[in-house]
Amino acid sequence: MNIRIVLNYVGHILRIEGLSMFPALLIALYKGEHASFLSFAVTIALLALLGTVAVRIKAGDKLIYSREGFAVVALSWISLSFFGAFPFYFSGEIPSFLDSFFETVSGFTTTGSSILTDVEAMPMSLLYWRSFTNWLGGMGVLVFMLAIVPMSKGDGSPLRIMRAESPGPAVEKLVPKLRYTARILYIIYISMTLIEIILLLCGGMPLFDSVLHSFGTAGTGGFSIKNASIGAYDSVYLQGVISVFMLLFGVNFNFYYLILIKEIRPAFKNAELRLYLSIVAVSVAAIAINTRSLFENTFEAFHHSLFQVSSIITTTGYATTDFDLWPQFSRMLLLALMIVGACAGSTGGGIKVARLLILIKAMRNSIQKMIHPRSVKLVKVNGVVVEKEVLAEINVYLTFYTITMLISLLGVSLDDFNLDTNISSVVSCLNNIGPGLGMVGPTGNFSQFSPLSKLVLSADMLIGRLEIFPMILLFAPSSWKRNI
Amino acid sequence: MRIVIIGDGKVGYNLTKQLANENHDIVVIDSNPRVLRESSDNLDIMVIHGNGATLAVQRKADVGKSDLLIAATSSDELNILCCILAKKLGCRNTISRVINREYAEQLQLLRDELGLSMTVNLDLISAREIFGLVQFPSFLKRDSFAKGRVELVEYKISSDSHLVGLRIDRLEEALRMKILVCAVERGDKIIIPKGSFVFDEGDTIAVTAPRSDLAKLVKKLDIANHKIRSVMIVGGSRIAAYLTDDLLKSNVKVKIIEQNPARCRELAEMFSDALIICGDGTSQSLLLEEGIKETDAVISLTNIDEENMLVSMFADYVGVPKTITKISRSEYSQLLSEKGIGSMICPKQLVANEVLRYVRAMENTLGGSVLTLHRMVGDKVEALEFIAQAATLHKGVPLSKLKLKEDVLISSITRSGKIIIPQGRDFIQEGDTVIVVTTAERMFSDLNDIFDETV
Repeated sequence: MNIRIVLNYVGHILRIEGLSMFPALLIALYKGEHASFLSFAVTIALLALLGTVAVRIKAGDKLIYSREGFAVVALSWISLSFFGAFPFYFSGEIPSFLDSFFETVSGFTTTGSSILTDVEAMPMSLLYWRSFTNWLGGMGVLVFMLAIVPMSKGDGSPLRIMRAESPGPAVEKLVPKLRYTARILYIIYISMTLIEIILLLCGGMPLFDSVLHSFGTAGTGGFSIKNASIGAYDSVYLQGVISVFMLLFGVNFNFYYLILIKEIRPAFKNAELRLYLSIVAVSVAAIAINTRSLFENTFEAFHHSLFQVSSIITTTGYATTDFDLWPQFSRMLLLALMIVGACAGSTGGGIKVARLLILIKAMRNSIQKMIHPRSVKLVKVNGVVVEKEVLAEINVYLTFYTITMLISLLGVSLDDFNLDTNISSVVSCLNNIGPGLGMVGPTGNFSQFSPLSKLVLSADMLIGRLEIFPMILLFAPSSWKRNI
Repeated sequence: MRIVIIGDGKVGYNLTKQLANENHDIVVIDSNPRVLRESSDNLDIMVIHGNGATLAVQRKADVGKSDLLIAATSSDELNILCCILAKKLGCRNTISRVINREYAEQLQLLRDELGLSMTVNLDLISAREIFGLVQFPSFLKRDSFAKGRVELVEYKISSDSHLVGLRIDRLEEALRMKILVCAVERGDKIIIPKGSFVFDEGDTIAVTAPRSDLAKLVKKLDIANHKIRSVMIVGGSRIAAYLTDDLLKSNVKVKIIEQNPARCRELAEMFSDALIICGDGTSQSLLLEEGIKETDAVISLTNIDEENMLVSMFADYVGVPKTITKISRSEYSQLLSEKGIGSMICPKQLVANEVLRYVRAMENTLGGSVLTLHRMVGDKVEALEFIAQAATLHKGVPLSKLKLKEDVLISSITRSGKIIIPQGRDFIQEGDTVIVVTTAERMFSDLNDIFDETV
């Protein structure tokens, strides 16, 4: 492992984190929030110092190989969350450091699980920082770094970083240069966020609320600044805008690029997009019928069902109503959608529709093969053959995913809560959703968990966001051995 | 610039690497997913899997909106098909690699009909390079600038040379002619020398001089001027065929050793004046029997690098004055410079340089001002040819008053056909062709980049 180059990259990340705290600092100054102003100032100074020291580290070999790529990603995310927690802790708003860390991990991994019992009591600057972590974590901080910091000339090693950070089974470049690919992604991301802010403003939501909720939607994070989440805004328009935008941010960003370059037909022909929209449509209909009796009219049932389904499948985690009180069928369907997750290459979490699509096709082939043992069948997605290695990788991913879930479940169950709470808290954190069922439902929060559980769940969130392998490789002894 | 390269083989990859390093947007097409994976891991490029001569794949690569298409597969027919299609899709510049000797001539003829902007023949370029070295055997390498008027040569100082111990600012007196030493390789180090530099035995120096003075330079450097009259070529490859053609025309005796009897027959058919020996060129007894000791130069051109090196080392050992070795893996060249291999040529590197020159000339029309580029002393030093334009700074200022960036040297100025080997009182004028030498660490795309503006 080339530790010097890894530290060098992490240094860049720390500096970017320090820079991204400035708006929060200004808000604190403007609002006269002395404690948080001071805590932001101290954290920024610390990040600037550490970042600059790390950036100065000169590496002899500037190339990033696979192991360095994974290490850069995993270490960056851990240190981002660690230092991002300082403002919460220093200002005294969240008295325990573990709680602050949990909250920040939840922010950066776009989970949106909170240990806060009363969000509305937080100072504005901290609320801003909390939602901004959602936004930054959604598209990926390292992708942001690749877009702005010139790291290498001509060689392709930073692609390994993007591969390790971006969700989904395969990373495709939009244009030949990685730097411009990253820039295009961020331009699409920023523009869509701005459009959402404007649409929310039009519906009468205050500026601060619109910006922060758009951050939460864009990153599919789901941090709200209201105790009742989006339910606090009693407007079908506002809730409708947010549910549509959640769905939009759950789509692969390649789709928007294809639209931009006017390749409309291939954009809509994408098999993953079609499966994603079908799952959403079927689930919305099923839940609307199932919960019809709880609402005054069919439209309202449809409205809440749409909001909840898009919130859960995109792994955002906003709520307009307490879905924990819904019938068992709807609750279980939502739990299943948590695991499915959004499209690959979006800001959402979960297993990803792309993987599901490949698995379904592979399953169908296996059954065919049992009936016609000599048949030759290949899995094809969008007309391209999925190689055996990709299939094997997905299977390995699922195995690790299940094992992680089971181990975490055992860890969390030491707290002796009921099955609903245990299972849904782990599923919710591992897939970066936010709320679960039972005690961690939309009205509950994660504050009752023991320190051990909070640590386990924090790890789950990071593992889920980075899709398991970077975290496992960081702690695997063989990646730290000398290169032989 | 947006460049599409079809074929990710040895030649294609090397080209891609060079162009990616110069910050172009590159899309590579190949039908082998494994080599593509390798390329996309190592270079900042986009890769597309498929047959590059098909419409669907070229559309996917957006060839129509690209500035240049380079077809570098190992099949001539495929390359030409790629280029025709690209032209049809609206790509204005296409470069095709040509391999088959029999097609080379008619491709020149059909260039316009096929829509080719340029054809690159790896074997022909290599043969020309070798021929240039055979003409002036004392030099390790030769390149030309300013439409061939200025030559850049590399020369290794031997222990009995009178240059040993000489200060660079005394050079003009000692030789009684104007030349400029633009780079010196000493051990692993590359030095852009200043006036106080003292030559030492074993230094490889790169010198610019007018072509007309080249013969004089050889005499003045007091190099035992062995004119090459007989050449032994080991390996009857396509390069050997082109080379033999040139050598026979300039009355050099050629002996080709080739193992494959069928190829020997072909060669014998082509060249009735050359002596074709059918046998294993790596066998010492055969080499000795065929009189390796008496030949003036041995050129090893088999397809296996190791064999070429062995043959050259053996030739050097038995006292052949000039050896030229073909190496495909240029990355190992630094290991070999000490081992008596003599001049090395790397065909894929030559092709890359040729294409690079074309690409830079294209950029030229788009605003850049580099005319040609040459790499020397093991690719660690670049010589760039610029044209001084209206926007060029510090025109008319004597060079002694100019502050240049570190490790940058103006090695010659060509003004209306006359070559000036610059000294302190010379200056740059609009329209001059200026050759700048620099260590290859950085890239200059404009003449103004060489000035140090910090003071």
